[in-house]
Amino acid sequence: MRSVTVNNIIKRYGTKKSFTTALEGVSFEVDKGELFGIIGPDGAGKTSLFRILTTLLLADGGSATVDGLDVVKNYKDIRERVGYMPGRFSLYQDLTVQENLDFFATVFNTSIEENYDLVKDIYSQIEPFKDRKAGKLSGGMKQKLALSCALIHRPSVLFLDEPTTGVDAVSRKEFWEMLKKLKEQGITILVSTPYMDEAGLCDRVALIQSGKIMTINTPEGIVNAFGKKLLAVKSDNMLQLLNKIKACPGVADAYPFGEYHHAVMENGGTKELSAYLERSGKAFELKEVTPDIEDCFMALMKN
Amino acid sequence: MRTLRFLLQKEFRQIFRDPSILRIIFVMPMIQLLILPWAADYEVKDINLAVVDHDHSDYSRQLVSKITASGYFRLQDYTASYQSALHEIEKDNADLILEIPASFEKHLVKEDKATLFLAVNAINGTKANLGGSYLKSIIQDYNSEVRTEWIQFPRFSPETQIEVTSSNWFNPLMNYKYFMVPGILVILVTMVGSFLAALNIVKEKEIGTIEQINVTPVKKYQFILGKLIPFWVLGLLILSIGLLISRVAYGIVPAGSFLTIYVFATVYLLAVLGLGLLVSTFTSTQQQAMLISFFMMMVFILLGGLYTSIDSMPEWAQVITKINPVSYFIDVMRMVILKGSSLGDIKYHILTVLGFAVFFNGWAVISYRKRS
Repeated sequence: MRSVTVNNIIKRYGTKKSFTTALEGVSFEVDKGELFGIIGPDGAGKTSLFRILTTLLLADGGSATVDGLDVVKNYKDIRERVGYMPGRFSLYQDLTVQENLDFFATVFNTSIEENYDLVKDIYSQIEPFKDRKAGKLSGGMKQKLALSCALIHRPSVLFLDEPTTGVDAVSRKEFWEMLKKLKEQGITILVSTPYMDEAGLCDRVALIQSGKIMTINTPEGIVNAFGKKLLAVKSDNMLQLLNKIKACPGVADAYPFGEYHHAVMENGGTKELSAYLERSGKAFELKEVTPDIEDCFMALMKN
Repeated sequence: MRTLRFLLQKEFRQIFRDPSILRIIFVMPMIQLLILPWAADYEVKDINLAVVDHDHSDYSRQLVSKITASGYFRLQDYTASYQSALHEIEKDNADLILEIPASFEKHLVKEDKATLFLAVNAINGTKANLGGSYLKSIIQDYNSEVRTEWIQFPRFSPETQIEVTSSNWFNPLMNYKYFMVPGILVILVTMVGSFLAALNIVKEKEIGTIEQINVTPVKKYQFILGKLIPFWVLGLLILSIGLLISRVAYGIVPAGSFLTIYVFATVYLLAVLGLGLLVSTFTSTQQQAMLISFFMMMVFILLGGLYTSIDSMPEWAQVITKINPVSYFIDVMRMVILKGSSLGDIKYHILTVLGFAVFFNGWAVISYRKRS
């Protein structure tokens, strides 16, 4: 059985006359126990999608099921078995760590003791501060508390909306470690993120842009589907260089990428580009690189 | 039931952890009830009077000393020129000018008739109005005194005189505090009942915790009850504190029974809690809720009969007071505390407020959507 199915979901905001479309016919499926990433820039529609799947928002079109239940008809049952961690920290800041966890356990008719094994790895890290008010925790600790609260009723599907936005690099890494462990418990995890580098940590990812899914594949599959030669070029005058690369025949696309410019070759390779650039007589450094998710995203966006 | 218990536990924990709410609950009623009734004084005293005496006679002096002896007036200026008296009014040193014309005494004695001129500074309407009428009644008094002095004989006075004496029922000493304190207490209960509840719910929206609650199996009615019950309890608590303060500080003992007050307050709080709930469904930030509350509070107070009598309002304003729950509670409080009304006397008040409760809560529940 598929854990989550999304079928041609449409969501618009605004009035009938003037509206913005947040989701334009999104469809995908997530298997049980899969770590599925939804990757896209801000405003791509990730949060709208998550709110529809967690029964907080009604879609304007299409259908979706979570754990085999329809998000409209069986919303009450879905609420029993999903865990949702919104992008913004939304626990009770004036309750302590322990009180928050206790509260969310009781509203799900369970107790901390009952599911302690599930949250142990995460909760044990903040347990020394259990009498501290949630509002007084650091960003990373808030994150862990929010994840603990979303997990305390042993959900079958976990929705994490941009869990790593605004979290430092070490905490981000830790967070993904925790997700991997949770996956081993058989929990389906849907996670959205604007960070392309996190795509590689998911089993499968959907790249989303302006309310449309551009591709769904494993991270390796997406990279393999790139299909073109990618070159990285660096010189003293980067702006001039970018214009020059763009002018070179055979270059499909060029964009800044860290300290290098990436050039996607329509035809030809290292030889053609370096020959073209040598004509201007300026020194440059050129090498062939393997594309990553971000390159794929750029390429998909162009199409 | 179990879920509701935990929601209530959480709610009370948060309320009693918030120092500002505690301050509102305990300090606000004390300050308002101990200070406001002294300031909201209807009696006008120390009216500054300027007398322009062109006569300088025995009778004119008698009149002036009678006026100043009343205790309401302070003789600010005693001159012979109207201009200088008017100047005193312009400088805001005088509120009233009494001009006694030349040959006041002569006319009074010979022609049995004399005129006086009264000029009132009407910038402060209440003071001018009351001061003018006080002065008129003193002059009238003086007039009849002079007359009885003259007509000693025969035994039966040929002058027909009607003397009016009045007695103040239910508040024999016309102590306005008996009248103000219950009203202010109503305002306090209303503020806690409706606006604190509204702010509390909107806070959950603003911080986003309502999202987190919404993805749990907590039901709509459980969440609403979890919000309403604590403020219902707090409202009754404030009422009790307020009644205690009015007992200790002003010696106000209700002529009626406490039971009547509490029965009405119980129903009344349901109505204002519904109003608070309604406000919270239409606002998304605490700031919006606050501003709406301010607006409504002004309407409630000014059109509720707290400071101004509803009977003297224009027709359209009286209609508005009919849909103002506060006016019913103020009325009931005064009826029970001063007059000793029983449940039977206020049954229409109870039924009307119950109607409000059903209306506000019904509307709020319909427009409150757990899913948007």
